[in-house]
Amino acid sequence: MESARVVVTGLGAVGPLGLGADLMWAGLCEGRSGIARIRAFDPAGLPCELAGEVPDYNIQDYVPRKYRKSCKLMCRDIELAVIAAQQAVAASGLVTKAIDPDNVRIAPARMAVNMGAGIISCEMPELAPAMAVSTADGRFDVRRWGREGLDHVTPLWLLKYLPNMLACHVGIIHDAQGPSNTITCAEASAHLAIAEAAQIIARGDSDIALAGAAEAKVNPALMVRQILLKRTNNTCNDRPSEACRPFDANACGSVFGEGGGVLVLESLDHARHRGAKILAELVGIGQSHSLGPAYAQLEPDGQAVRIAIEEALDDADIDARRLDLLIPHGTGVPHDDLAEARGIQAALGEAIDRVPVWPTKSMLGTTGAASGALDTIAAVQAITTGTIPAARNFAKAADGCRLRIATESVRQPIEHAICCSYTHGGQTAALVLKRYDEGATE
Amino acid sequence: MKAPTTHERVVITGMGIVSPLGADVETVWQAILAGRSGVAPTTIFDASTFPTTFSAEVKDYDFRRHVRQTARHEACSRSSGFAIGAAVQACRQAGIDVETSSPTDGIDRTRMGIYLGAGEGSLDSDAFFAAIIAAWNPETREFAWPNANRVVFEQMQAAKELEQEPNMAAAHIATLTGARGPTRGCLTACAASTQAVGEAMMLVRHGRADVVIAGGAHSMIHILGLTGFNRLTALSRRNDSPETASRPFCASRDGFVLGEGAAIVILESLTSARKRGATILAELIGYGSSSDAFRVTDMHHEGRGAVQAMTAAMADAAVTYRDIDYINTHGTSTQENDSVETLAIKTVFKERAKQVPASSVKSMLGHLIAAAGAAELITCVLAMRDAIVPPTINLNDPDPELDLDYVPNVPRKRPVRIVMNESFGFGGQNNVVILKQYSEAREKQP
Repeated sequence: MESARVVVTGLGAVGPLGLGADLMWAGLCEGRSGIARIRAFDPAGLPCELAGEVPDYNIQDYVPRKYRKSCKLMCRDIELAVIAAQQAVAASGLVTKAIDPDNVRIAPARMAVNMGAGIISCEMPELAPAMAVSTADGRFDVRRWGREGLDHVTPLWLLKYLPNMLACHVGIIHDAQGPSNTITCAEASAHLAIAEAAQIIARGDSDIALAGAAEAKVNPALMVRQILLKRTNNTCNDRPSEACRPFDANACGSVFGEGGGVLVLESLDHARHRGAKILAELVGIGQSHSLGPAYAQLEPDGQAVRIAIEEALDDADIDARRLDLLIPHGTGVPHDDLAEARGIQAALGEAIDRVPVWPTKSMLGTTGAASGALDTIAAVQAITTGTIPAARNFAKAADGCRLRIATESVRQPIEHAICCSYTHGGQTAALVLKRYDEGATE
Repeated sequence: MKAPTTHERVVITGMGIVSPLGADVETVWQAILAGRSGVAPTTIFDASTFPTTFSAEVKDYDFRRHVRQTARHEACSRSSGFAIGAAVQACRQAGIDVETSSPTDGIDRTRMGIYLGAGEGSLDSDAFFAAIIAAWNPETREFAWPNANRVVFEQMQAAKELEQEPNMAAAHIATLTGARGPTRGCLTACAASTQAVGEAMMLVRHGRADVVIAGGAHSMIHILGLTGFNRLTALSRRNDSPETASRPFCASRDGFVLGEGAAIVILESLTSARKRGATILAELIGYGSSSDAFRVTDMHHEGRGAVQAMTAAMADAAVTYRDIDYINTHGTSTQENDSVETLAIKTVFKERAKQVPASSVKSMLGHLIAAAGAAELITCVLAMRDAIVPPTINLNDPDPELDLDYVPNVPRKRPVRIVMNESFGFGGQNNVVILKQYSEAREKQP
């Protein structure tokens, strides 16, 4: 193998700040909040009525004409993945089947899709007519469901909600016949999917990968799950834009939302050969697993975060002092933020005083599986523009948090940026990205 | 990124299974060699009025038998419970210490990872259904969200909700073993645990971990799971004879049988296994992965993706179709899979296609969905160990179009040195791994 180098050549992002990576970046640079009262359903009665929702769109605008019929098999998570992938491929200059079916310029078998996905909750109203004929004395009756209700469920219903369908639709639309995987590790999914895609390219099993994640949590079942797990801010329904305050002394919970982010990854050789514009290089991958006393909280000392960051730096062959930006998972849940801060502090050592830390969830919310993809995309944009935007909703650091939160926007060359994420349950990941210098010798 | 120049040989040093045919490796293997079916009427919930009334359930199983410290696992989902039992068995066989903060097995925990193809835990359907009923007005056909919100909020429970996340089976295994290395989980439908094993093999081969606890766990035997597959008309409806319903490659096959379970294997670098003096059960030598990129509803008619995955796995293993002694097929008992898979095998195996035994243990285990590939992988290792090919049972009326050697009804004694294990997922993911009997000498690479 000539090279194990993997580069980023295209970005696609949909999230609360807009449909498009550039819109998201502009919003982040302005410090705009994408958090508002929930529109997808009437949230009345829930302690937290806020979410970060994607602005209105028409999915038909983002799929090839011939594929429009298949849109009825897409739940919202799938739509967000499809849109982000379409944008990423278009931006990369790759000519896939979706871009121009008569002039495809990729080798389909050499293109992988590796998407992170959440657990997808089926839509309640969709099942309502079936449920309505399956009750006895006002309660669900499974025998009636089997006899009658079931027939009211549309035949292909299940296919709308299988997590692997994000990658399947994306793969079909772009005719990617290489490996297709779906990483289901909650909020660490995107980083793990990107990491695996990079490893697939590095070992020579693909030249190109569409990697990222999408998830849409804005429905009662998944919102209530976060409320019950005590992760939501229930005190800010009248002040949505101030609700999510990662690492801030006045933080009192997160806000959840939806999004999709896809990166085009390529081997350096492939990207160079086709004359692609290279945005950044993925140079380090670190992974670990947290072992806390409770699953619903990050382990208090953030050990896994420390290990993942140290491994990623080792993989990148750099010292922590060479980091110019760190995008933490930072959800705004105080005990989790503190634990993450401890892990980061342990990994960075003395460099903690100089590495700017820029949390994004104050503006984007916690977009489930997608969050790591949006952060990675933001890191690439920070590198290409040489900009670290100012953190939003951060006034005074929470006790015990010694991170240097970027309170002012700065313009400076960013050579290395790192992103990290973790899940309740344990999976933890960190990715190091590096500025790509066309002129530099290897 | 560090270049993947390390090329460790990857071996299997432990196996564990919880399945419809039993909850330990030897019991399951004996049942398979006896040609027993694990399929029976569904008991988990009342499925008597569904188009399909039977399934392959795990019976008489309690994860508490496998762990001393049960408190951390009490809220676990049905499938995570299966994963716990399978993982403890596999670790015991491999000599990996569990439930201790000071292991003495010689494995650095930061070099021990987990990679599962694990399914979601069952939905809290009582709360979910009650919420829909409370919100829906059949006359106006309006959905009153605040009513749904109230019921969901009142009835759902935090721990049960968290345990539904598909990454939670790995969380329980990490708690048991202290694994702190690379952990991932994937859910590529019926191909998930083969993909997990394949990608885990790559983590070990390229030096990112010394040990990976790999496999799968899943249960879709719940109201909405059965509903979904019944509506897709993917399931057999042979309600009058459940134990003969899973009949891969038969002319009268009418769908797969929904099963559940978990299967875990310990993948380890040969260096680590030797250092620890672990017993080596088999070597994992090849992995191939592809996507049909065809339709979400159908397999590619000519098995394009399946052929690509099989070819890639053989190239990775540096073997050819002439070297394969046994194919453990995906063999689901659906019209489509068994036809396309047969065609793909013919394409890849050319003149040898009819000579290589190709059986489906799904005829006995049912379809364990995400856990299927890993469960079947274990049967491949045992086939090599005992020099015996497991049968495809219920194969009494062969499909004239399907003319491979499916090892009908009775196991067959024959040396098995190299095995191909195939898994194909709904939506077009194809994953194939190749296993080899372990021998100390590294054979020539191409």
